[in-house]
Amino acid sequence: MSASILFDTPGPKARRRILIINIIGALLALGIVAWIFFGLAAKGQMQPEQWDDFIQASTWENYLLPGLLNTVKAAILGIIGSVVFGLVFGVGRLSQNKLINGFCTIIVEFFRAVPVLLMIVFFNVFFSRSLELPGDTALWAVVAALVFYNGSVVAELVRSGVHNLPKGQREAGIAIGLTRGMSLRHIEIPQALVAMLPALIGQFVVILKDSALGYIISFNELLFFARTYSSPNGNVLQALIVTAVIFILINFTLSKIAEIVSRRLSSRIKKDKNAAAVVGTTAVTFAEASTDAGSKDQ
Amino acid sequence: MENYLSIFTEYDIPGAFWVNIQLTFWAAIGALVLGTILALLRISPVASFQAIGTSYVNLVRNTPLTIIILFAVLALYGQLGFTLGGDFQANFFRLSVLGLAVYHAAFVCEAIRSGVNTVPLGQAEAARAIGLSFLPAARLVILPQAFRGAIVPLGNTLIALIKNSTVAAVGSVATEASSVMKTMIEFRSDIVIPIFLTFAIGFVIIVIPVGLLTTWASKKLAVAR
Repeated sequence: MSASILFDTPGPKARRRILIINIIGALLALGIVAWIFFGLAAKGQMQPEQWDDFIQASTWENYLLPGLLNTVKAAILGIIGSVVFGLVFGVGRLSQNKLINGFCTIIVEFFRAVPVLLMIVFFNVFFSRSLELPGDTALWAVVAALVFYNGSVVAELVRSGVHNLPKGQREAGIAIGLTRGMSLRHIEIPQALVAMLPALIGQFVVILKDSALGYIISFNELLFFARTYSSPNGNVLQALIVTAVIFILINFTLSKIAEIVSRRLSSRIKKDKNAAAVVGTTAVTFAEASTDAGSKDQ
Repeated sequence: MENYLSIFTEYDIPGAFWVNIQLTFWAAIGALVLGTILALLRISPVASFQAIGTSYVNLVRNTPLTIIILFAVLALYGQLGFTLGGDFQANFFRLSVLGLAVYHAAFVCEAIRSGVNTVPLGQAEAARAIGLSFLPAARLVILPQAFRGAIVPLGNTLIALIKNSTVAAVGSVATEASSVMKTMIEFRSDIVIPIFLTFAIGFVIIVIPVGLLTTWASKKLAVAR
């Protein structure tokens, strides 16, 4: 974003003007931060005793880390499940059999349109009444909802990944005597998987964020623990901020990894980029192209 | 069957969906305004404005929506005494709208930025050549084309917003769809699956036309190049 071409290379006068606006902008930003800080302080939210809970080992040992562990557990199970689900239904949607294709299309479109929270609430009641599941029912409810929703998104990624491959790939496979299914399995899907890798990593962020919806069915994840802990201590605000920071750090790292992967892939593929009005976003446009199918996922 | 139909007289299901639509409507307006401002900040020549826009997007996009709405209700209202007027119910409704708007603004900003990326370099150069400075160039040349190029991602953000409006349940809006469904399946254990399917299909009915509409609009309004 350093060099936008919406404006000319500034001359001395424009540079001075930009400098002045820049200083005003920086002061404005500092002003907002200070306003929030002192506003909180005036309400007595900046007292050290409300914050030092979160630098004590016992808070982390008894509340935050067990909560984080459950969050990560739900996310990992959700990721594995949705990749499996996505591969099965993505390939199903590529099938030439109209029945399989139609069935997979309905399943994928249905689960993409239903709010994850609705599924979590439903599965929680459904599992506890109708199924005997080992361990925490709330965990399975969250995982099931994450798998159905994100699995459908992954299925779309698989499908669009295969569709975006050059046509010659399949022709070559058929020319050397592979069947259509074999060409799909051995040639097209592996390439589609590589191309969708950045979008897939981006989807992990969604899964991790959505696991916090488990809060509503009292699933013992990070947010739930933070809230239970802080409620009697009167530092709910502080607990929410600490929890948000933990989520942001993990998700930001994941997003950065996705960006690096997509940059490496795009330099390998050497796509011809049309110059656009904002430069410096080559990696982003590639990632965006491959998230096309999955971008309903916020 | 009669058992099932009785839920429609016992509970106000269309009313629950209407609450979600209202949440979506107000939050969408808020998110569009805030998101456009953020996008302008991010493409502006001023480094500090860019930094403000970028940090907002990075912070908000990586925070779970649940935390943002809980923050509005528990921290902003509960701890800091911030209210948005009206009675108790209206206040929670508006705080949830605020949370939804703040969260989705980050995605609107990214959608518009991806729209800006569809505008060819020559357009910006032409705008400069006729002597327009940053704001007029953005307002008259770049943004009108960018919005038309951003219809699909904006539509996807709207769809996400419709579904995410159920998270207002966390913000004590007990009249919206997911809260009503929760109450219903707790009391009517005989028809848990039909109740879920009713609500799920309700969302399918709302979401799919929006998707079709944005696809149609994106083709209809595409800038021919």
